[in-house]
Amino acid sequence: MRVLLTAFGAGLMVLAAGIGLSLANPETGGNALKPVSAFSEITDESERSAAIFTEAGKVIQHPRCLNCHPAGNRPTQGEDRHPHIPLVLRGAGGFGEVGMQCPTCHQRANVDLAGVPGHPLWHLAPIEMAWQGKSLGEICVQIKDPERNGGMSLEDLIHHMSEDSLVGWGWNPGKGRSPAPGTQEQFGALIKAWVETGAACPDL
Amino acid sequence: MGEAMTFKIKVNDVEHEVDVDSDIPLLWVLRDVLGMTGTKFGCGRALCGACTVHVNGMPMRSCVMPVGDLGESSVTTIEAIGDTPIGEELQKAWLDLEVVQCGYCQSGQIMSAAALLASTPEPTDHDIDTAMAGNICRCGTYVRIREAIKQVAQTSQGD
Amino acid sequence: MSIRVRDDTQSANLSRRGFLRASVAAGGGLLIAFSLPSRLVDARETIEAESFSPDGFIRIDPYGRVTVIVPQVEMGQGTFTSCPMLIAEELEVALSEIQTEQAPPDGALYSNSLIGSQVTGGSTSIRAFYEPLRKAGATAREMLIAAAATTWSVEPSSCRAESGNVIHEPSGRKLGYGALAEKAAMVPVPEEVALKEPSAFKLIGTPAKRLDTPDKVNGKTIYGIDAKVPGMKIATLAICPVFGGKLKGVDASKALQIKNVLQVVQTADTVAVVATNMGAAKKGLAALEIEWDAGPNAKLTTSDIVADMAKASEADGVLVRHEGDVPKALEDASQTLEAIYEVPFLAHTTMEPLNCTVHVREEGCDIWVGTQVIGRAQAVAAELTGLPPEKVVVHNHMLGGGFGRRLEVDFIAKAVEIAKQVDGPVKLIWSREEDIQHDLYRPSFYDRLHAGLDSDGMPVAWSHRICGSSVIARWASPAFKDGYDFDTVDGALEMPYAIPNVRLQYVRHEPPGIPTGFWRSVGPSHNIFVVESFIDECAAAANKDPLEYRRALLAKAPRALAVLELAAEKAGWGEKLPERSGRGIAVQNVFASFMAQVAEVEVSKSGEANVKRVTCAVDCGVVINPNTIEAQVQSAIVYGLSAALFDEITLKDGRVEQSNFHDYRALHMNEMPSIDIHIVKSDEAPGGMGEPGTSALVPAVFNAVYAATGVRLRRPPLKADHLKV
Repeated sequence: MRVLLTAFGAGLMVLAAGIGLSLANPETGGNALKPVSAFSEITDESERSAAIFTEAGKVIQHPRCLNCHPAGNRPTQGEDRHPHIPLVLRGAGGFGEVGMQCPTCHQRANVDLAGVPGHPLWHLAPIEMAWQGKSLGEICVQIKDPERNGGMSLEDLIHHMSEDSLVGWGWNPGKGRSPAPGTQEQFGALIKAWVETGAACPDL
Repeated sequence: MGEAMTFKIKVNDVEHEVDVDSDIPLLWVLRDVLGMTGTKFGCGRALCGACTVHVNGMPMRSCVMPVGDLGESSVTTIEAIGDTPIGEELQKAWLDLEVVQCGYCQSGQIMSAAALLASTPEPTDHDIDTAMAGNICRCGTYVRIREAIKQVAQTSQGD
Repeated sequence: MSIRVRDDTQSANLSRRGFLRASVAAGGGLLIAFSLPSRLVDARETIEAESFSPDGFIRIDPYGRVTVIVPQVEMGQGTFTSCPMLIAEELEVALSEIQTEQAPPDGALYSNSLIGSQVTGGSTSIRAFYEPLRKAGATAREMLIAAAATTWSVEPSSCRAESGNVIHEPSGRKLGYGALAEKAAMVPVPEEVALKEPSAFKLIGTPAKRLDTPDKVNGKTIYGIDAKVPGMKIATLAICPVFGGKLKGVDASKALQIKNVLQVVQTADTVAVVATNMGAAKKGLAALEIEWDAGPNAKLTTSDIVADMAKASEADGVLVRHEGDVPKALEDASQTLEAIYEVPFLAHTTMEPLNCTVHVREEGCDIWVGTQVIGRAQAVAAELTGLPPEKVVVHNHMLGGGFGRRLEVDFIAKAVEIAKQVDGPVKLIWSREEDIQHDLYRPSFYDRLHAGLDSDGMPVAWSHRICGSSVIARWASPAFKDGYDFDTVDGALEMPYAIPNVRLQYVRHEPPGIPTGFWRSVGPSHNIFVVESFIDECAAAANKDPLEYRRALLAKAPRALAVLELAAEKAGWGEKLPERSGRGIAVQNVFASFMAQVAEVEVSKSGEANVKRVTCAVDCGVVINPNTIEAQVQSAIVYGLSAALFDEITLKDGRVEQSNFHDYRALHMNEMPSIDIHIVKSDEAPGGMGEPGTSALVPAVFNAVYAATGVRLRRPPLKADHLKV
């Protein structure tokens, strides 16, 4: 494994969040996702859609995801979502402020010996995508809104949730950190089904 | 992970060949393989900043950086930071203002400060707080570190 | 200016009594030395004069270069500057002309008179060496003057020393110390020398530049962890995570397949992986499958320990101080207060993790380490190797922090045990996790307080029962006498307040299996918190201003009163603060220094305390280097802030729950308050400065939190849950 850190020069490296140092409960209970088929009995499509999104919400509101979608400028970390220690701030583009940018600590992959998570594009979600402190219904509305989802169409959203490797980190968070429920594939399937059923949202 | 091979790495403009697993952190290659002990071990988890070096100019916690990820990148350590104008001025300010106590963390502090000043020549207190937040000093030299950074910023401004 | 930490072999001939000596260098060189390091003594013809101990501090070579052999170690506190300053002042040389060298193990020469052995700790360096080092400097000066006077056939009284020269005033003749060194070595050592009056000091009291720091800003300084020995291997270890447990077995097969891993070594409670680099050793350690025998403490939790102490503290302890009639005064009091105070176990977390390099051979043993107790280091290695102490050579280094952790030799013993099984030298480095989970902790205490106030609200009775571990009983057992030791009660025993009826008791209670040790500010780290918090409670109960209340009780303690008033004035005591902000004050007389601190704290609605400003006034007697004093106070305040705001070591299932700087915090730059320090000018004997700032800080912060919120917290660290609205 020999990788060129071209991103350094290009300034693509991004701010770290969710340095999940908590060593407790690496495998939490109830860590499965219901398949789309589990919702087929809900006849009302809109209700079914909202129910599917609620299931997907187990991922969206998991610490692995929420930690990097803070409402303020400081990410959280750990299962208890405490403020990131040491202090790191959003900085320009969510890549961290000078001197404490993501790759100062977060490498291209998880470093399990040190317990430091990593990804080549580790960074903080933009402030308009802040999820912390919001209900799942509010997040749902937000996720559909191109003004607040990075300009993505619903189709783009399916691809993003199913295929993006930084999203995928949530299921491969490294030793000592609980992964998001299910798999990225299952999560992607839920998002796809949610879109296909009209992308209805749970109550606010 | 961890495949064994020989790596060429560039440290302070000198190329070295090292024979370690690719996942061995750069810190231990510097200290134990190359004998460059100015870069310090403090936590092993990127929590204290004592091991900070520059990789292509960016501050990097060498205790978590796999040596195999370096590629062609250029590493600068405390041993060579004094060759840069900012590094030299920082070292001078550190002595002028008597920042140092035990001194163990100061390699990392100076490397972080140098990275800050390289991109932010006139840092505010906020800039200093955020750039230096990852460097722990158990001797508590923070008051003087802040003053020293400001002194360099002012000096450079006058240049 | 360069610093050399002595890194040479010490001769076997260390038992020689400490004499003030003048010597001629071997090979016809010129040299004057006061009790040369013994390695050199052997090579030289020595002229031994009257016994004069401690000494052995100065060497002047034919070129006039002055080397000071520093009897105390440098761990950041500035001894490698302050000790040379004391000599330079009397010797009349510029500080910048002095080279420093670490003293080798030699208790006879370098014993710290306040501790009784060659130890650096307890804020004693200046207190112990203020006179001896000035005397050494003055003696050397007089002998150089005598040598010059003989050369010129003039009266010594017509000569004076200045800037490394002796000058004959009437003729203007001048000779450098280098040129005089050989002759000076033959001069009989004067029995008495006059020391300068403080008013004549030129160097002492000035903000002199530190001598040890130039190589600390460029990575050149060699700490223990940086020792390089040809053929050296690198090892790291895992110790049984439960105190008192043992190693049951280990499967090393996977570890041994890792590149650059050489060997796996076992001792009774430890397994170590030996490799060519620390990265491989850590990787190897992670690959081990280890089985531990947890032993008797497998179920131990913090709450059990506290419950045991609470129970033990119910009974009377050893009466350490008793004045008046406390029971009667309590009975007669208009108002009584009772409170329980607790402090947690604390780790040291020196920035330089524990480490020690050892080479054990059949005929000898070498140790490369940074230690506060070089003699103990030698002794423990001798004991474990079966070698005579003189065959154990200790190469001491700069210390990357001490704070009391390097007063212990557990990590040296571990390294020796492992090195005995390794061919060639091996450097043992502890991970930060092992460093935190196998510390010797600042003891946890459980104190019962009882006060009686008169009709004016002033205290007429004060009862304090301390319950907890005695570090001294283990570390310096002869000093544990009559059921107590001076350290455990330090700060409570001599509180400065005039209260007519006072009772202080100590109940020794050792936590099962948990090793306790000295921690910055030592006994007062606990007692000042308790005393200064409870006196604040008395003031509150009396509806009096905490400053006025203390002031009224300090009428007969002028130095304490002076620092109290100065700190209050500089802090703007009494000026209005915003809601949920408050000032807290604390005053103390410990380590022979007087100090008061005012902390200004703002508590958010969610209960987070933000220490915004700390104002400190200190009277430490004669000031050697004001720059260092300011640095030490800043340092001690930051150390105290980490403890006040964040830190505690807790146990679950016999294991320490904290592991690294994310859950055992150290204050960061962005959490720093502003700090103002005011030094009181004083001609009193110098007091200690490394420790006091820590003990005063914690109660100042807690009292400020009370002022801000009305919530009295009696156990550090602060917890937001207790303070949120």
